[in-house]
Amino acid sequence: MKKFERSEGLVAPLDRANVDTDLIIPKQFLKSIKRTGFGVNLFDELRYLDEGYPGQDCSQRPINPDFVLNQSRYQGASVLLARRNFGCGSSREHAPWALEDFGFRVVIAPSFADIFYNNAFKNGLLLVTLPEETVERLFQEVAANEGYALDVDLENQRITTPSGEVIEFEVDAFRKHCLLEGLDDIGITLQDEDAIRAFEAKHRAARPWLFRDSAQA
Amino acid sequence: MAGQTLYDKLWSQHLVKERDDGTALIYIDRQLLHEVTSPQAFEGLRLAGRKPWRIDANLATPDHNVPTTLKERAEGNAGIKDPVSLIQVQTLDDNCGEFGIEEFKINDPRQGIVHVVGPEQGATLPGMTVVCGDSHTATHGAFGALAHGIGTSEVEHVLATQCLLAQKMKNMQVRVEGQLGTGVTAKDVVLAIIGRIGTAGGTGYAIEFAGSAIQGLSMEGRMTVCNMAIEAGARVGLIAVDDTTIDYLRDRHYAPRGEQWEAAVADWRGLVSDDAADFDKVVVLDAAEIEPQVSWGTSPEMVTGVSGEVPDPAEQDDDTVRNGYTRALQYMGLAPKQKITDIRLDKVFIGSCTNSRIEDLREAAKVARGKKVADSIKLAMVVPGSGLVKRQAEAEGLDKVFIEAGFEWREPGCSMCLAMNADKLGAGEHCASTSNRNFEGRQGYGGRTHLVSPAMAAAAAIAGHFVDVRQLAANDDVQGQEA
Repeated sequence: MKKFERSEGLVAPLDRANVDTDLIIPKQFLKSIKRTGFGVNLFDELRYLDEGYPGQDCSQRPINPDFVLNQSRYQGASVLLARRNFGCGSSREHAPWALEDFGFRVVIAPSFADIFYNNAFKNGLLLVTLPEETVERLFQEVAANEGYALDVDLENQRITTPSGEVIEFEVDAFRKHCLLEGLDDIGITLQDEDAIRAFEAKHRAARPWLFRDSAQA
Repeated sequence: MAGQTLYDKLWSQHLVKERDDGTALIYIDRQLLHEVTSPQAFEGLRLAGRKPWRIDANLATPDHNVPTTLKERAEGNAGIKDPVSLIQVQTLDDNCGEFGIEEFKINDPRQGIVHVVGPEQGATLPGMTVVCGDSHTATHGAFGALAHGIGTSEVEHVLATQCLLAQKMKNMQVRVEGQLGTGVTAKDVVLAIIGRIGTAGGTGYAIEFAGSAIQGLSMEGRMTVCNMAIEAGARVGLIAVDDTTIDYLRDRHYAPRGEQWEAAVADWRGLVSDDAADFDKVVVLDAAEIEPQVSWGTSPEMVTGVSGEVPDPAEQDDDTVRNGYTRALQYMGLAPKQKITDIRLDKVFIGSCTNSRIEDLREAAKVARGKKVADSIKLAMVVPGSGLVKRQAEAEGLDKVFIEAGFEWREPGCSMCLAMNADKLGAGEHCASTSNRNFEGRQGYGGRTHLVSPAMAAAAAIAGHFVDVRQLAANDDVQGQEA
């Protein structure tokens, strides 16, 4: 996983609640067996005016000029500003893969769905939860100021707006550590291999029916 | 001391280690795998030179991409016409072969939707932790198992370590008390719950469904309820173990036998919340007030009773909600205040991990028996959840009931629930669907999904528009008495 670097990022606003992972990346693109290449199909049904299919040359497709990510002022955005319950629905990790592949490093919203929240952090995508009023104010500031960018500092858990206002945010210590260091979860867990083996032996003794190779035929 | 909830008990029984920062390592007893969310996980294992921690904890079956037409299924994997889908299914076969993981392949009679297959085989047992790279893993909580969906990185993590990094959720109890009316099913109960608490109402919680109406449900009904916990935002849905649970599991293929069965049952009896358990949130619904439900919008919370009407966005105070309703009505091609029973349908889909079990098919067949699908319906299809469900339904003659009524009788798979195979809606088509998500484009580009129970879907197929299945039942009773 890439380390999360502090950076100033252009903000793109996606003004709708309950953005589901089907909307972030429609199912036909889940047929890939890779982790990369999903960015061109991010928000496919909002972004293009036709129906997309895997492997197509998206540069030839009719784009929806009304969709926010197609507007020139938001080109190169790396911070997505969204509404409540972002990432609900399907557990597809293709959703954070697509956001990340498109170029987003941060999503700010009043709330996120649980599975998406986990998936995002495992792919270097920082999710920042802020109060609804703060998010609403950011939406207004983005709309009013072309080129609106936020400085997102994970180390100090602070966001700085163009006017110099500082907004603090919460993030749990473990996720923050992994993101800043670009750590692989599996490697960390395997440091506890002995504890897992000990638990497993005890668990097997107490409830052998949970283990098919200990089960009575 | 306060008592423990069922979730608290399952959590502590699987807790390997708790870190100071609140993150815990929990042990996973069962991982179910399918073709869509596993290839990158296996690839990750290979790249890191790792092996699965415990092969026998895993069980795999392809379900999302498989064709459901008999002609194509007869050809096995070769019948998958989309080359990208074919690669994905073949990749699952190859990965399971390489690592020695048991897989029910495309034409194995035990193949089916992973959340139908696990319980049917007894591979889901009370007291287990169950994960799968699929949000509808919540289904398995119907057995008093701690079950939830995970992402592909977590699939790889569980394969490599048999553990998951997790944080303890909060406890919510949703109690449905009293007697459900005739024609009101588990699907209506869970849609009514989602309508009440909202699609993010359960975020951060494990929901335990309880109360006399839940206890009165069969295992199939309980799975339908837990399946859609995720549509209320909760990764985990749970129901306490009772005789219904135990009776369902006896003699299932992977269920314990002999003395081990007796010991297991004694252990499972404890998988209930203590009387003194504290829940962070409690919601109570009166079963008698729940009517058959129909979703009208593009989020499962956009749902109402069949006697109701499409809401008017102008009456919503919250800007975000009003904008959401306006957009939903535009996408769905519906007008404010339109009666639900005036919504005309183009297609009907009976299937999915929510409603493709034998009881679901029986309920739909009861409505369809001796009737004909309306001429205006372009396609009405029934897709059993597994090869074994299909076989059982055929043994009961349900296939003939459906075929004679004009439904297509298909081979098992996820099918039009998410339309990754050839079964999909066309743009603008309205579908009465027994699936779980009415998101934009979910069942096909531009498709318009209405979530309903199997009985309501069958009734809609016959009428060509939504009808109150309770009235059909009443009419039939009258006719029956006259005859």
